Order: sequence, then structure tokens, then C-alpha cells
Amino acid sequence: MTQAPVLDVKQLKTSFFSADGEIPAVDEVSFSVNKGEILGIVGESGCGKSVTSLSIMKLIPQPPGKIVGGEILLNGEDIVHSSEKRMREIRGNEVAMIFQEPMTSLNPLFTIGNQLIEGIKIHTKAGKKEAFQRAVEMLKLVGLPRAEQIMHEYPHQLSGGMRQRVMIAMALSCHPKLLIADEPTTALDVTIQAQILALMKDLNEKLDTAIVLITHDLGVVAEVCERVIVMYAGKVVEEAPVIEIFKNPKHPYTHGLLESVPDVREKKERLYSIPGNVPKPGSIRKGCRFAARCEFVHERCLSDTPPLYKVEGADQHTVRCFLHESGGAASG
Amino acid sequence: MAEVLLEVNQLKKYFPINGGVFGKRVGEVKAVDDISFFVNKGETLGLVGESGCGKSTTGRMLMRLIEPTDGKVLFEGKELTNLSDGDMRKMRKEMQMVFQDPFASLNPRHTVEKILEEPLIVHGIGDKEERKKRVKEMLEVVGLSSYHAKRYPHQFSGGQRQRIGIARALMTKPKLIIADEPVSALDVSIQSQVLNLLEDLQEEFQLTYIFIAHDLGVVKHISDRVGVMYLGRLVEITTAEKLYEKPLHPYTNALLGAVPVPDPTLKKERELLTGDIPSPSNPPSGCAFHTRCRECMDICKTERPQLEEIEPGHFAACHLYKKN
Ligand SMILES: Nc1ncnc2c1ncn2[C@@H]1O[C@H](COP(=O)(O)OP(=O)(O)OP(=O)(O)O)[C@@H](O)[C@H]1O
Ligand SMILES: Nc1ncnc2c1ncn2[C@@H]1O[C@H](COP(=O)(O)OP(=O)(O)OP(=O)(O)O)[C@@H](O)[C@H]1O
Ligand code: SF4
Ligand code: SF4
Ligand SMILES: [Mg+2]
Ligand SMILES: [Mg+2]
Repeated sequence: MTQAPVLDVKQLKTSFFSADGEIPAVDEVSFSVNKGEILGIVGESGCGKSVTSLSIMKLIPQPPGKIVGGEILLNGEDIVHSSEKRMREIRGNEVAMIFQEPMTSLNPLFTIGNQLIEGIKIHTKAGKKEAFQRAVEMLKLVGLPRAEQIMHEYPHQLSGGMRQRVMIAMALSCHPKLLIADEPTTALDVTIQAQILALMKDLNEKLDTAIVLITHDLGVVAEVCERVIVMYAGKVVEEAPVIEIFKNPKHPYTHGLLESVPDVREKKERLYSIPGNVPKPGSIRKGCRFAARCEFVHERCLSDTPPLYKVEGADQHTVRCFLHESGGAASG
Repeated sequence: MAEVLLEVNQLKKYFPINGGVFGKRVGEVKAVDDISFFVNKGETLGLVGESGCGKSTTGRMLMRLIEPTDGKVLFEGKELTNLSDGDMRKMRKEMQMVFQDPFASLNPRHTVEKILEEPLIVHGIGDKEERKKRVKEMLEVVGLSSYHAKRYPHQFSGGQRQRIGIARALMTKPKLIIADEPVSALDVSIQSQVLNLLEDLQEEFQLTYIFIAHDLGVVKHISDRVGVMYLGRLVEITTAEKLYEKPLHPYTNALLGAVPVPDPTLKKERELLTGDIPSPSNPPSGCAFHTRCRECMDICKTERPQLEEIEPGHFAACHLYKKN
């Protein structure tokens, strides 16, 4: 049943260059997304989640940034070296992205309708009337009331939740096979977040759009994702199906993260806390990047970089930690 | 019997909306609309609610950083609302705030020492030597080191800056700390460090906290009692256990139901709240929640429900529980 994945990222390395030298914000990251799947990427601030997604869209500001290595296979096509012209065809048609703050990606000077129609016309051969119809359909699909009216309104006239719905409508208007959502609900209230997550899940089922959902909220991951990768300081440190990650976390960082979160259901007497701070990218050149905060750190962790190991007795579960060496090296 | 430290009676803040050619007053934002509650000595009262419901405005009014439109605030039985500016400034020694954004709330051109010393100078506490000594002590108390005193805020991480913000609030040995989203800008692993620190400090210095946040998990963890706000009103207030286990108000229920739970085996069938939060400049008539409430009855559209004690220590403002 092996089907080619919609997205296959192999050893992606994206760096920023400054007077201090090269900062590898994303350092040899590999993962894939299957058709119709929802993959979660979690990790704390600065670990490289957004740089990963911007790399896939080929939207890294250059300079100072650059994809310096690896492959990004989108429906089998390596886009790392694709021209900007080709990328413009790909964006919207094959892969689309939504951001945390919808206001920054909507143009305040144009009506919602204008922006939607423009996008549809660029990517399809639809005429004006047809594009208008399609835009209205999309607004209805994402659950916006009075869609025709909203077509004539400006972004500032809508609430945050409505703007995020518009962004989703825009992203999906050309039926991309892959949607990258970078913290799509972080700026929203919980009751609105619940609506948007339900909408994304619903569209994923209806349209079979694969989704990469980037978030720092483990609750959101548990609720919508099928598989999860955990990033720390530019590296993937663990990957597993969602149930496995929560039930059987293997990396000391993943474990610490899960324990740190206060739960609405039960009161923990005292929260677990990972000592120390998240390292600046590029500041750790040798050994395991989590070593300074890890309670299981041993000599080898300081000198060697741990590879990804398979987790013994588990399916599709890999972890970058010497404690799990016995599972054997994971391929890729 | 618990001792009341702070009492709030029918507090209101209406912000004017000015418009038109002459900037005339054309309306008002009812940011806080008639709320009453109390805080016991040594407890943590959490305040939750969605963006714009009036949490920060409430917190600031308690310190009179925002002047109330109406209502009373009593601190240890003393009314704050009619104090002169000078007397109010003195009172602030007893009550301090910790803010959400540790980056914005610390002066980037001042050393940590200067930042921490300032409240002591303002309140005329100690001589130079004593002040320096207290700065060093306080840095240790919040888990930093005395050598950090000579550094500037940008040399610290977000979590460390929040520790500095907490240290500054504690300099004058206040009785009450009003913390407005103190961990919202922090990563989870750092957030838990700061929450643990706040709990330790409360025990060590017998502090009373008002803890404002929108994260219901965080609020449950740290609070003894929790108040829920919606559109400028307090809709429910009780102990953390009761609120989370047996919420009475339909809004509290919906809010709790919307929180994503970090357990993928639990696929909950949730009832989604539909619609957006109405504008506080034009709140719905009667019960402000009636436009989104599943239980809405005729009376809800016309009559505003008052906060009433439904069960011992459990207050809610909802017509469903009206006692006849
Ligand atoms: N334009 C840029 N110039 C220089 N460095 C950058 C730039 N964009 C990102 N970086 C660096 O790359 C690292 C990864 O950043 P990224 O935005 O991917 O983090 P993130 O995981 O998305 O974090 P957050 O949760 O805060 O959004 C950061 O440490 C950041 O400093
Ligand atoms: N200075 C002001 N002038 C006019 N309106 C204001 C002012 N300050 C706050 N408001 C309004 O009052 C209402 C309550 O705001 P407040 O900041 O207290 O909300 P909050 O509950 O703290 O929200 P958040 O979770 O977003 O911090 C909002 O509608 C806000 O727009
Ligand atoms: S490799 Fe070593 S330092 Fe890194 S997570 Fe594993 S035990 Fe900890
Ligand atoms: S008063 Fe009526 S509308 Fe308001 S919460 Fe109660 S039942 Fe719902
Ligand atoms: Mg990001
Ligand atoms: Mg606020």
C-alpha cells in the first residue's frame, strides 16, 4: 500500500548568515507527509518550525537565509532548485500556507473578494464571474455566514476568527494537496480555536488535503494530528504516531515537555520543569543539543551527536538519544 | 475563618468612544460592567475569560492605574477609590503588578540593579547600601544570581526576564500581587519554572495573588478560586475544583469544553460555541451571553442575571438557577 508521499523532506538544512557566521536554524531535518494525513510539528520558540515551513514554500528571505542542503520533494518533484516562476505555479496549486496572524497576510487595502478572486484567477483559467462564484463557495465552505456580503468587506471589518477562516478559504481555493498551517490558532481565543480546528479537520476529510500543523500546544496536537515530529534546536528529536508520543514518549525533552503542561483535567501538585533555557541556534556545535538540560546526560552526549534510533518494539517511532541505541539506527 | 484582603464592589469602567468631526463622545466601551468579588488573604484568585472580556482593565483598576468609572475597591477594609494620588502611590507599596511581556515592561537602558532598586527609591525604603543588599537577596530568591545585577534586560532570556519582573514586584514586600498573564509569552518548559517559582514565593512570603490568564489549565493549576468573565461581567466564581468539575454557567461550560486536552485517546464530542464574541460597545441586552447560549430562554434576552450564590461558595449569574 506504499503510496508516494505528498511531501518528502530529506536532510533539509536552512541557515542564516550574519557577521557571526552561519546559523543553522534547521539542521538536516527529514520527514514526510502522506496523502490526506495531518502531521504535527511541535517544539518551543526558535526551534525551527517556521523556518522549516517557509523553506518548503521557498519563502526564506535570501539573504540572510538560504537552503544550503537537502531535498524537498513535493509530489515527487524536488523544488529546492526550482525557479521562482515554477514556485509561483506550485504555491496555491500544490501547496498553500496559512500563518499565525491573518492580518499580516491579508492586504488591508483590498476587499476580501478582491483578494480571493485574484488568487483564483492566477492559479486557474477561471473568468471573473466564475472566480467570484468559486470565492463565495469557498467562504461558505469555511463556515462564514453572509458570504456574499463578506466578499465586499475589508479585513479590518472581520474578527480574528473570521479572518483566519478567510485565510483558510484562500489557501484552499485552488485545492492544494498540501496545506501548511503555522500556528493557525495561536492568536485566537479557545472557543474560536476549537471552531477553526474542527474546520481544518473537516476540510482534511472532505477534500483529502494533507496538512502540516505547526504548533507549540500539545493539546492541539493530541486533538487533530495523526503523527507528530518534535523539534529541538533545529533538529528532529522524536517522531511517532500521536498516541505513541503521548503514551510512550522516549526523548527526555519530549517527556519533560509533556510533564510541564498543566492539565485542565487533573491538578498536579507540582509541575515538572526542564531546567535551563532553550539554546540559541548554532550555539551548540558538538554533542547532543539537549545535553545542558538533560537529567540523563552522560559523557558521550557531550562529544558525539546522537543519530535517530528506532524505538524497540514500536512501529514508526524514532528518537534521537543515546539511551535508545539498542533499537538500532533508523534509516534516513 | 478566612480573612478578606481585597473587596471589589460593583466596579465599572466605561471607556468613551470619541468620533465625528469634533471628536465628540459617540458611545462607550463597557470594558468592565458592574463586577463584585473578594480575595482572601494568602489565596490565589484566578481570573479567566476570552480576549477583551475585561481582565486587564479589572486588574489595573484595582491598582488605580486605570480610574474606575464607578464602584469601590477596598484593601484591608480601606477604600482605595477615594484616596488622593499621593496616598494611592503609598498604597502601591502593598500591591504590585507583574505583566505579560517581560520584554516591554523592563527599561532596556537600565541595569537589573537599577530596575530593582527603583521601587525602593520611589517608596523611600532603605539607604543605598541596604537597597543594594536587597537587590542581591531578591535576585537569589527568584533563582538568579547576584552577579546578574550589573547586566541589562536584553542579556536575559524570556524566562529570566520574567523572574526579574517578579523580583521587581516583590522589592517593596507587598501583600498582594496582581499578575496579568505572567506566563503567556513563555515556552511551556519555562512557563512551568515560573509557575513553580510563584508558588514557592507565595508560601515563603504569605503572598496573595490575583492571577489573570486565558489558559484554563494554567489557571486551574495555580488558583484556589477562579472567576470567569464574559463581556465585562463576572459570570461565575467559585473554588477551582468546583469550577472545573461542576461548572454552573453555560459559558464556563463551553469555555472548558473548548480546551484541547493533551490526550489523543480521548476523542471528545464537543459542542462548539457558534458565533463570535459580541462587541463590548454594543453588548447584547439581558444576559450578555444570550446570543451564543444553547439554554437561552425568553427572560435572558431582557433581564440581566445577577451574580448569586447558587451553592455554598459557588456564585453564578444565570437565569437557569434563579431561585423563586
Ligand atoms: N530572518 C531571519 N534572520 C536571522 N535568523 C532567523 C531569521 N528567521 C529565523 N531565524 C532564526 O532561526 C531560528 C528558528 O526560527 P523559527 O522562526 O523557525 O522558530 P519557530 O520554531 O517557528 O519559533 P516560534 O515558536 O517562536 O514561532 C530562530 O532562532 C531564529 O533566530
Ligand atoms: N484605553 C482604552 N480605551 C478604549 N477601550 C479600551 C481601552 N482599554 C481597553 N479597552 C477595551 O476594553 C475591553 C476590555 O479590555 P481588556 O484589555 O481589559 O481585556 P482583557 O480581558 O485583558 O483581554 P486580553 O485577554 O486580550 O488581554 C476591550 O474591548 C478593549 O478593547
Ligand atoms: S543523548 Fe544524552 S543528553 Fe541527549 S537526550 Fe539522550 S541522554 Fe540526554
Ligand atoms: S442567563 Fe440565559 S442566556 Fe444567559 S447563560 Fe443563563 S441560560 Fe444562557
Ligand atoms: Mg514560528
Ligand atoms: Mg489583557
